[in-house]
Amino acid sequence: MRAAFPLTIPILAGFVFLGITCGIYAGSLGLPWWVPVLMSIVIFAGSAEFVVASQLAGAFDPLTTFAVVLIINARHLFYGLSMLERFRGLGRKRPYLIFGMCDETFSINYATEPPEGIDRGWFMTWVTALNQLYWVAGCTLGGLFGTLVATTVEGVSFAMTALFVVIFLDQWEKDRQHLSAVIGIAAAAVAPCIMGADNFMIPAMALILIGIACTRRRIEPAYAESATEDDGEGCA
Amino acid sequence: MTTLQMLITIGAAGAATVLTRAAAFIAFPAGRETPAFVRYLGNALPGAVFGLLVVYCLKDVSILSESHGIPGGNSQGLVALTRLQSEPREGISTVHSAHGAVTQKTLVVGNENVRFAASRRCSDE
Repeated sequence: MRAAFPLTIPILAGFVFLGITCGIYAGSLGLPWWVPVLMSIVIFAGSAEFVVASQLAGAFDPLTTFAVVLIINARHLFYGLSMLERFRGLGRKRPYLIFGMCDETFSINYATEPPEGIDRGWFMTWVTALNQLYWVAGCTLGGLFGTLVATTVEGVSFAMTALFVVIFLDQWEKDRQHLSAVIGIAAAAVAPCIMGADNFMIPAMALILIGIACTRRRIEPAYAESATEDDGEGCA
Repeated sequence: MTTLQMLITIGAAGAATVLTRAAAFIAFPAGRETPAFVRYLGNALPGAVFGLLVVYCLKDVSILSESHGIPGGNSQGLVALTRLQSEPREGISTVHSAHGAVTQKTLVVGNENVRFAASRRCSDE
């Protein structure tokens, strides 16, 4: 835990305040205080919880909620694909690691090598648990005292953006090729033009998949030892 | 909505979230050989995903219109700058993000502080 904690400090700042915001928002919709708390435990996915809160204030329609959350969180599919190998052989920790794999947790767990002598499975579990603890704490505070703590939290989410920027650069240096990173940025930049800024995630993911499939022959040699056989040419 | 209906809705949202996170692990269980293309994706995707996340976080920032656009962009650039200048590597650079967060606050006060923060940060290293 001591190894994991320093890495989660930016998340601590970001999640607590964002959680408070989420709690305040739920309260402002007239929802009871336990709703944001329960959501932070059961769902644990920031942007989705804001949307679910707004739906809880409307008519009962769990199927729509299910579909909307599926779309918002579709990017987690990619996280799972990236973590397939790393979560191997972790036994009982694995289900929780998968459950708690939000953007920030995935980023840290993917990009960080635990310090020497620290068990990888426990390290990742602590990162996940600490992040969720911050989030639950924030949502609880927001839910309980939302109306009292009239704060402006703009700018706090900056700490998490900074984290992503740093991880992106780390990854850029560590990665054996840069084409996929360029594809990611290009896809995210182009996608809003197709579907509008509000739902750019799905087209962006599709573009990334197409781009990466098309450039497989350029990218794959960089990982030659981890991928041996070649069954499928992509479209390039 | 009744309490029960709220619980069901939250449950549905939780199930959808878990599904997106677990889908890859369900589709490609540990015991069986993972297809080569999927293993390729596991290698090639992260670079693209982090690029996507950065854009995702910055997409709502509108340049010029509010106090956050330009300072935000500036301080992200500063975070990147300090990150690139710092050698040796310190794993994931928590310090830098924390520093960036502080910088953001400073920047809103006055842009002059950027130069100061930048020069101090660089000389620290």
